[in-house]
Amino acid sequence: MSVTTADTSLTSCLANGFTDPVMDGQASFRAAMWALSRPGRVEPIVANLTPPAPLNPEAAALVLALCDYETPLWLDPALARVPEVAAFLRFHTGAPIVENAAEARFALIAEPFDMPDFSDFAQGSPEFPDASATLILQVESFTGGLVLEGPGVKGRAAFGAAPLPADFIARMAANHALFPLGVDLLLAGPGGVAGLPRSVTVKEG
Amino acid sequence: MNAHAVGGMPEITYNFAYLDEQTKRMIRRAILKAIAVPGYQVPFAAREMPMPYGWGTGGVQVTAAVLGPKDVLKVIDQGADDTTNAVAIRGFFEKTARVATTTSAVEATVIQTRHRIPETPLAEHQILVYQVPIPEPLRFLEPRETETRQLHALAEYGLMHVKLYEDIARHGHIATTYAYPVEVAGRYVMDPSPIPKFDNPKLDDCPALQLFGAGREKRIYAIPPYTKVRSLDFEDHPFKVQRFAKPCALCAATGVYLDEVILDDKGGRMFVCSDTDYCNGRQEAGHRGEMSGASPSPQPSPPRGEGADGALNLSPPGRGRPEGPGEGTSGVPTTPSSAGDPGSAGAAPSGMTGQGSHQP
Repeated sequence: MSVTTADTSLTSCLANGFTDPVMDGQASFRAAMWALSRPGRVEPIVANLTPPAPLNPEAAALVLALCDYETPLWLDPALARVPEVAAFLRFHTGAPIVENAAEARFALIAEPFDMPDFSDFAQGSPEFPDASATLILQVESFTGGLVLEGPGVKGRAAFGAAPLPADFIARMAANHALFPLGVDLLLAGPGGVAGLPRSVTVKEG
Repeated sequence: MNAHAVGGMPEITYNFAYLDEQTKRMIRRAILKAIAVPGYQVPFAAREMPMPYGWGTGGVQVTAAVLGPKDVLKVIDQGADDTTNAVAIRGFFEKTARVATTTSAVEATVIQTRHRIPETPLAEHQILVYQVPIPEPLRFLEPRETETRQLHALAEYGLMHVKLYEDIARHGHIATTYAYPVEVAGRYVMDPSPIPKFDNPKLDDCPALQLFGAGREKRIYAIPPYTKVRSLDFEDHPFKVQRFAKPCALCAATGVYLDEVILDDKGGRMFVCSDTDYCNGRQEAGHRGEMSGASPSPQPSPPRGEGADGALNLSPPGRGRPEGPGEGTSGVPTTPSSAGDPGSAGAAPSGMTGQGSHQP
């Protein structure tokens, strides 16, 4: 009987990963790839995941698709508070979870409104601008309010997401000013993912 | 990799698209950073592939990383779907990924290419994957990786302009006809791979996503859709593409890139579309060139005896046809464009051998 109890507790505390790791990983990556290629466009992401709250399924799909033992992962306080989140991510990706934001290749942020400054994360170096962090922000909705320009955008594109930091436009301007350094953002919300690479210019809509 | 016994013979099966999942994730992360910093060469841990360096190992790894089960794959080699390199890579993904393949540039969602951009305009949902031999545009000017990395970091591209200027001083015009350097999104100078400069204008503001993979050199770079790509030039020597005096001999297309096909040893030659899919499509639509009746086949077999300088022997399988005008074949200056375009004559001696020595 004790064996059964142990099994039950194992399955109850660890949510499933991808049903098909190969195909689901590919689909989630493709969503992220198109999102960064076409800033502001919300790319559908099918994620049959039920990760522990407050991790949302779309953000979980991105992490499962992109992270492994090579990519230190940073969790914001809202996610770090919940041990099941770290256990879920560790089990399915093998990514080391770090407390120092500057060491992370990926950062998972459940409460973007209170997120730390972009400069807390790796910015890359002039010789290796790719050695910078990718921030995955969980959002509740994709709305309007912003205008994007830059590579990947035909002319100008309307975009918006909520919640975002109050000084988001100023932060994105400072991030863009560092180009080719800077962080790249993936915004994961209901049913989709949007990308804001460092190359994009964000203005008030 | 699993081996299943089927009737005594083991059947080898592979992970989807050959690569293991950790390798794919590593390549995918490099692709995302490449897209975020257009034109910057992201180092990646290129794997050995079941084909030699120079046969498209970089392009194959990028294709394997992006490919999904619903994709339709097209592979071209110098514009042709039916040459060895293209056929082999298409077969590789048919076997390892079981994806649908096509020769149609319209139906394809992923197009892997060696040295051409299709004549058919690309669409927003398409991904163009280039095979790249030497990703570093400054490599022949500065051999040290540490130095070229600094030059890119400082956006110090004076060296490249000096090279183009030396072309002008020596030949009276910019004699670079392929792998013509471009500036991407106003920042990085990038090698567009050895596409003819004829194709450079198609890089600019392209609706498709363009990914570049260099396997031996272990670099991935990208041009996102709708990105400004400018071919380097001077105010008094603006960038110009090759022009051709005659239309395609098979489909009468003008404004396309033509290959020279030697017909005999008496100077007979024809010029046909390098893009076989485009040429076939036009012929099916009823367009007829001046030799479409005379030629026994729309895809002439490789002429023998070409490449007296040995250049043909250096090229990978897949060069089914000789180089087009502007690249020059064994230094033969009698290309149709040599009369009108100064760009072809000057580069003729170097075009073929230089390209043959470092195939992607």
